[in-house]
Amino acid sequence: MSFMRNSVRSLLLWEIVEGMALTFSYMFRKKVTINYPYEKGPLGPRFRGEHALRRYPNGEERCIACKLCEAICPAQAITIEAEPRDDGSRRTTRYDIDMTKCIYCGYCEEACPVDAIVEGPNFEFATESREELFYDKDKLLANGERWEREIAANIAADAPYR
Amino acid sequence: MPTLTINGQEIEVEANTTVLQAAEELGIQIPRFCYHDRLSIAGNCRMCLVEMEGPPKPIASCAMPVGEGMVIHTNSEVAVKAQKGAMEFLLINHPLDCPICDQGGECDLQDQAVAFGRGDSRFTEHKRAVKDKYLGPLIATSMTRCITCTRCVRFATEIAGVEELGATFRGEETEIGNYIEEALTSELSGNLVDVCPVGALTNQAYAFNARPWELRKTESIDVHDAVGCNIRIDCRGAEVLRVLPRLHEDVNEEWLSDRSRYAVDGLARQRLDQPYVRLDGKLKPASWDAAFAAIKARMDGLDGGRMAAIAGDMADVEAMLALKELFTALGSANLDCRQDGAKIGGKHRGGYLFNTSIAGIEDADALLLVGVNPRWEATLVNARIRKRWLRGGLAIGVIGGVSGPGDDLTYKYDYLGAGPATLAEIANGSHAFAKVLADAERPMIVLGSGAVARDDGAAVLDLAHRVADQGGMITDEWNGFNILHRAASRVGGLDLGFLPGQGGRDVAGIVDGAGKGEIDLIWLLGADEIDMAGLGQAFVVYQGHHGDAGAHRADVILPGAAYTEKDATWVNTEGRVQLGRRAAYPPGEAREDWTILRAFSAVVDQPLPYDNLAQLRQHMVEAVPGLGAVDEVGPGEMGAFGVAGEVGGAPFESPVTDYYLANAICRASPVMAECSRLYLGGEEATGTDG
Repeated sequence: MSFMRNSVRSLLLWEIVEGMALTFSYMFRKKVTINYPYEKGPLGPRFRGEHALRRYPNGEERCIACKLCEAICPAQAITIEAEPRDDGSRRTTRYDIDMTKCIYCGYCEEACPVDAIVEGPNFEFATESREELFYDKDKLLANGERWEREIAANIAADAPYR
Repeated sequence: MPTLTINGQEIEVEANTTVLQAAEELGIQIPRFCYHDRLSIAGNCRMCLVEMEGPPKPIASCAMPVGEGMVIHTNSEVAVKAQKGAMEFLLINHPLDCPICDQGGECDLQDQAVAFGRGDSRFTEHKRAVKDKYLGPLIATSMTRCITCTRCVRFATEIAGVEELGATFRGEETEIGNYIEEALTSELSGNLVDVCPVGALTNQAYAFNARPWELRKTESIDVHDAVGCNIRIDCRGAEVLRVLPRLHEDVNEEWLSDRSRYAVDGLARQRLDQPYVRLDGKLKPASWDAAFAAIKARMDGLDGGRMAAIAGDMADVEAMLALKELFTALGSANLDCRQDGAKIGGKHRGGYLFNTSIAGIEDADALLLVGVNPRWEATLVNARIRKRWLRGGLAIGVIGGVSGPGDDLTYKYDYLGAGPATLAEIANGSHAFAKVLADAERPMIVLGSGAVARDDGAAVLDLAHRVADQGGMITDEWNGFNILHRAASRVGGLDLGFLPGQGGRDVAGIVDGAGKGEIDLIWLLGADEIDMAGLGQAFVVYQGHHGDAGAHRADVILPGAAYTEKDATWVNTEGRVQLGRRAAYPPGEAREDWTILRAFSAVVDQPLPYDNLAQLRQHMVEAVPGLGAVDEVGPGEMGAFGVAGEVGGAPFESPVTDYYLANAICRASPVMAECSRLYLGGEEATGTDG
């Protein structure tokens, strides 16, 4: 009997029909695709996107040049130089991230004792040249200003689990 | 020799050792902060508590002398609990600012908190804050971090010999400081940074520059004085960021003088990074070929007797050998490595060495310093004299060299007189100190360059030799005759025989000859301390690393390498051969000095017989066998040296007038300039210096 059934099924291309039926059934379900870039999917608060250097609410930069991010970076993408600022505090004179080297592991963010370097929610920073991906301190601070609200919200959301 | 048991292992040690030292011999680590090998025992940090069977309470192992049959546990429950408790107390007032602390990464407190601490804090009250103290331009303070171990106080009092640090107030309010806000007046103050186990005292010049894990560490030799301190050069990229002392018991122990430690910022300034040739009275950048061609053009047809070469104070043995052989091949005998004009050198090595050896000072029982200010000329020799003096039973006499009887050498001495007359009195036995020397078992005499670098230097040398002979300073097992050099290159140059040859001129003769037009070409190998104005119309080739006096006068500048930038040999004042290693590459087109001379020798068709450092070293050892024995003090055989004659009446004066600006590297260093202004009241900054 099974021989008969198998022969009929292959003659009628039954698997194809089943497949087509499944495909057709999706016509009546809710769409899972989104209309990127006009629509975007949700991101978790731990999403590791483009880097940013944050400032305190009074405008003082958070980074204190402890160089822990530089030390932990497995791709050695971070370069820091530091010296005493005029007021005697410890600050960076150079903070570069080579975004082409970066592997977005988030260790820099974890190592930072003052939440200065963070990986923000932005993942849309494709460029037309490599040079534009060599971020310097100004670029990172500008990122921080642009994304501060989202970053602060993400850190607050993740705080209970840290 | 008591026997004790530590963690089940039995050990027999000397009677006066402590439990901590005995444990160290067994390789057992006991945490400690206030204990330091070379300082007196304070026992105030309480970190080294261990359990001893018998007494009810744990004992401080650093302060507990060993006893027969003691049973010690360093990792029992009681000991571990005590150590954790001590650590928790230390951390109560220590701020949690490791990320901005320069000690971070090389901090004893950090390391031991991880290894022996409890891992979390139960302290919720307010932490103490302490006002930072001013200790001068070399040391940055952050006294809130201080754990009052008093290592710095003990170092300043015992080793440096300046009683300027102390602890004020009691209990939690204890503060370390110098009651009056003035810079420390010690040439060893940089070592406070090393002895401080936390980040309370840090290196001001290196502040916030780098982390220890970023640095490339190279073990090398210091050339700022003739002691030949063993150092570690820390670089990041091509930049030398700091210099630290390296342990060598026979030379510098574990200390380093401030000049050696802090002058390194001068290595990045005023550097000669490409050849220059003087055209129409102005130095113009040129290529190596053009520079060599300019020298060759002047040399062509010049008789060897009209050329001369002078080696400077920081020249290495390899370069001096190459220069000597080049000039010998060119037919010149006008060679001298004694920039200061000292009347020393010759075949008897004992006549220009520090024969007693630096460690040997500790065995001496009478000391006569002649025309030398060891505090400025060889800071670590001075520290060694102080170490010996502290033990008691050392009679010290001083003739000249210091500015007067009140000059502070960090130990007490008898000021016997200012000039050669006093030395002559000692030589003929009419002076009271002659008896002191005669009665002593191991007396020594130390001659500085202030005594031998003068017109009657040879007579003074002879006089000193007589004093040594009559005082019984030279026996089979003890040699108390010493010359204390100031220049790292000097002994190496004398060993090589970088001296006037047959009919050759010495430094004074060369300068004089140049002024009179009898010398037409002078090759200066880093020589900056001669009278440049007296060189007349001579064609001057300056080979060196800094744009200093020599480069100003030069007609051709050949950029060389500083001591951090070459693999080279130096011989210290004891005659100890030591190897310096390259920590960074020379800037721009600058090259190692011997390679410059090798390249030029080919231009003038007198190629030197070596093409790489190994061949040069082999050649060097063939020429002077002693130079092959690294870190060994060769024999200093005595013989006839000095010339008997009339000594003058002029007082002996130390040639070092400014400790902080003694050579080209220091003069390019802003930190040294600041020190000189502060400590010696030098000229105000003009805005064009540094």
